[in-house]
Amino acid sequence: MVNEIYLDNAATTPVHPGVAKAVMDCMMYTYGNPSSLHRLGLNAEKKIKAAREQLAFALGDSPDSIFFTSGGTEANNLAIIGTAMARKREGKHCITTQIEHPSVLNTFKYLEKEGWEVTYLPTDNQGMLDPEDITGAVRPDTVLVSIMHVNNEIGSVQPVEDIVRLVKEKGMSPVIHVDAIQSFGKIDLKPRNWGIDILTLSGHKIHAPKGIGALYMRKGVKIHPVLWGGGQEKGVRSGTENVPGVVGFGEAVRWIEQDADKKYLYRLKGILAAGLQERIPDMVINGPAPEKGAPHILNVSFPGIRGEVLLHALEDKGVYVSTGSACSSRREAISPVFQAIGAGKEIARSAVRLSLSYMNTQDEMYRAVDIVERCVNELKGFTRR
Amino acid sequence: MERRVYMDYAATTYVKQEVMEEMMPYFTEKYGNPSSVHSFGREARKAVDLARERTAKALNASTDEIYFTGGGSESDNWAIKGAALANKQKGNHIITSSIEHHAVLYTCQYLEKMGFEVTYLPVDQYGLVNPEDVKKAITDKTILISIMFANNEIGTIQPVKEIGRIAREHGVYFHTDAVQAVGHVPIDVKDMNIDLLSLSAHKFYGPKGVGALYVRKGVRIHPYLHGGAQERNRRAGTENLPGIVGLGKAIELAYENLEESNSKLAAMRDRLIAGIMEKIDHVRLNGHPVKRLPGNANLSFEFIEGEALLLSLDMKGIAASSGSACTSGSLDPSHVLLAIGLTHEIAHGSLRLTLGDDNTDEDVDYVLEVLPGIVERLRNMSPLFAQHKGEKYYV
Repeated sequence: MVNEIYLDNAATTPVHPGVAKAVMDCMMYTYGNPSSLHRLGLNAEKKIKAAREQLAFALGDSPDSIFFTSGGTEANNLAIIGTAMARKREGKHCITTQIEHPSVLNTFKYLEKEGWEVTYLPTDNQGMLDPEDITGAVRPDTVLVSIMHVNNEIGSVQPVEDIVRLVKEKGMSPVIHVDAIQSFGKIDLKPRNWGIDILTLSGHKIHAPKGIGALYMRKGVKIHPVLWGGGQEKGVRSGTENVPGVVGFGEAVRWIEQDADKKYLYRLKGILAAGLQERIPDMVINGPAPEKGAPHILNVSFPGIRGEVLLHALEDKGVYVSTGSACSSRREAISPVFQAIGAGKEIARSAVRLSLSYMNTQDEMYRAVDIVERCVNELKGFTRR
Repeated sequence: MERRVYMDYAATTYVKQEVMEEMMPYFTEKYGNPSSVHSFGREARKAVDLARERTAKALNASTDEIYFTGGGSESDNWAIKGAALANKQKGNHIITSSIEHHAVLYTCQYLEKMGFEVTYLPVDQYGLVNPEDVKKAITDKTILISIMFANNEIGTIQPVKEIGRIAREHGVYFHTDAVQAVGHVPIDVKDMNIDLLSLSAHKFYGPKGVGALYVRKGVRIHPYLHGGAQERNRRAGTENLPGIVGLGKAIELAYENLEESNSKLAAMRDRLIAGIMEKIDHVRLNGHPVKRLPGNANLSFEFIEGEALLLSLDMKGIAASSGSACTSGSLDPSHVLLAIGLTHEIAHGSLRLTLGDDNTDEDVDYVLEVLPGIVERLRNMSPLFAQHKGEKYYV
C-alpha cells in the first residue's frame, strides 16, 4: 500500500536506505572477523572504529567509552547486572522507577531474587519523577540509580541532568545509569557533562538495523561482564562483533547528526496533537502535554473505544499505531506505566500510542488526523447503538 | 591484479547472495517489530517463524525448541550458565573438555567461582575426547556435560553421539557447542541425544550478530536476558529480524548440497595438506586425519612464528589464521594445541587454513606455490633453524 502511514516508530523504525546500503556493502565486502590479523580482519576493525567514533562524537565523549552489544535489552541487562555484581561489596541497594522498560524492571526483579534490595520510585500523573524523591531514597549502601530518560509508552522526559546533580550534591556516589533507548538521536544527550556513568542505546529505534545496541560508559566506570568468551569490546562484551550492525548504527547516527533536525519531530507531533485535539475534543492525552513530552511519542485515549479496536480500524486504513508498548502489547494487564500515572482502567484500555520518526512527513500527519477522526467517529457510532 | 585467497572461513564467512537477498526487504520495507499486533508486526512474526522452522528442520528439532540469540558466544554462555543455575539443587558438577572455545571455558571458570565444580577432560593427540573418560567423570552431582561438536582450531569432530548416549543413560544434560559444525556436518539432535546445542550464523554464510540455542523440550534452563516476553519468555529483546531471516536461509542452503560441497571441500583440503607436507620439512598436521571438518587444515611449522607467517601470507593476498581468530592478539599459545601435546615453540608456529565455498583448486595451487618460499625465508632468519638444519643434513 503506497499510502501507508507508519506511526509505530517507538516500537521499531525502518532502516534508512543509506544505512541499509552501508550494512549490505559491509556484509559483502568487509566480512572479515575483526579479530583476524589479515587485511579483511583489519578492514572490519577499522569500520568498527569509525562507528565507535561516530557514536562517541554524538555523545560528546571519547570512542573508548562506547561498547557494542546485541541490542538495547542486552545493554540494559549488562549495565544493571554488571554494576550490581561489580559493586556488591559496597552495598546491595538500587533505585529505579516504576515506569521503566521491562528490560530494566525485570532485570531488577531478578536482582531482588538474588538478594538485592530495589526501590521503585513513583511518578506523578504525567509520568514525571520528583528529583527530591530520588535524593531521599539514596542511602549509603545504594550502588546504582537507574532512570530512563524518555518513557517508551507515554513519552515523559525525566530531568536527568538535575537528578544527577542532586544525587551528587548529597555526597553519594552510586553509579548513575540512564536508559536512553527512546531519547538517543531525538533529544540532545551529553552524558559526560551531565555526570551520567552508563547509558544504554539501541540501533533499531533510530533507523539502524535490529540486533545492535551499545553501552556508553564513562571512563573509570567498572562493570562485570555477563558474557564470557573471546574478550571482544575490551572484555565487556565477548562474541564476534556484529560488524554490519555496528556499521549501520554508526551510519544512522551520522545521518541524524548531519541531516536530521531535532525540532522537526516536534513540528510533526504538534500538527498531530493539535489536529486531533481540535477534531476530537473528548480525547485524553496520557502523560505530559505534547510540548513537554518527547518529540516523537504521543499517547492518547478516546474514551469508550478499546485501543485494540481502534488499532485494527486504523490499520485497515493504512495507519499503524500501537496500544501499550510493543514489548508488552501481547499481555492483557494494565501496563505498569499506566498504573504509575494513575490512569483508570477505562483510559488505559483505550490508550493508543502514535510514535514518529524523521522519515514521517507533515502530509502524513494531516492525513493521519483525518483517518483517526473518521475511525473514532465510526467506532463511536457503533458503541452508541 | 593481485590474487586474493580467503582461507579463514572458520573465523567468519561472507554472506551468500541468496541469504542477503532474503534479508534485504526486512531492513527497509518489512521492518515491523515482531511483537507489534498490526500487519507490520505480523509479517515480521511470520518471517521469524519461517526461520525457526528452517533451523529446526536442519537439526531435526521441533520449532518450539529453537531460540534465537545474539550469537554463538551468547548461546554458549546461556546454555551453560542457564542449565547450571536451573539445576543446582540436583548437583554442582559440570564436565567439559580442555579444548573448548573460550565462550565455554570462561563460562565454566566463572561458575567455578560461584561454587560449581568443573572437570576439564583431556584429549588425545588428535584432539579427541574419550567417551569412557566422560563416563568415568560422571558423579551423582553431575548436572551438565558440555563437549564441543567440532573444534574451531584443529577441526577434530568429537564422538558426539556416544557422549550423548552416555549423558542420557546417566540422566545428565548434554550441551554441545556446534558453532563450527552446524552447516558443515549432518546433525540430528534426537539421534545424537543432544539436549542443548549452540550455533552461530556467520560460520555458515549467514550474517554476524545472530545465533541460536536448541533447547530440548523439558530441559530446565534459566533465561539469560531479562525483559520483554520474546522467544517465549526465554530470551528478551526485540528480535534481530533481518539477522534471523538470514540465519534461516543460510542454514537451509547449507544443508541443501552438503554432501556435494563437503566432498569438494575435503578433496581440496586433502590436496592442500598433502602438498604442504610434501613440499615443506618439519611440518606436522594438527587434529585428526579423518575425523575433521571438511574445510579445516591446521599445521605446525617448526622454527617459525605463526604471526610472521600470517603477515607474510597476507602480503601475498592469502587470509589465514594462527590459533582461533577470537583469541589472536593474545600472546599465549593456543590452549588447544597445548592440550594435544604440542610444545610451546611448535604451538607458536601453527597455521590454520580453513576452506569454504568460494575456494577453488587454483587457490590451493596458489597457496602451495607461495607458502614454501615464505617458510624458507622465515626459517633462514631463525638461528635455531640453522642449527637444526645442519644436524638434519648430517643425520
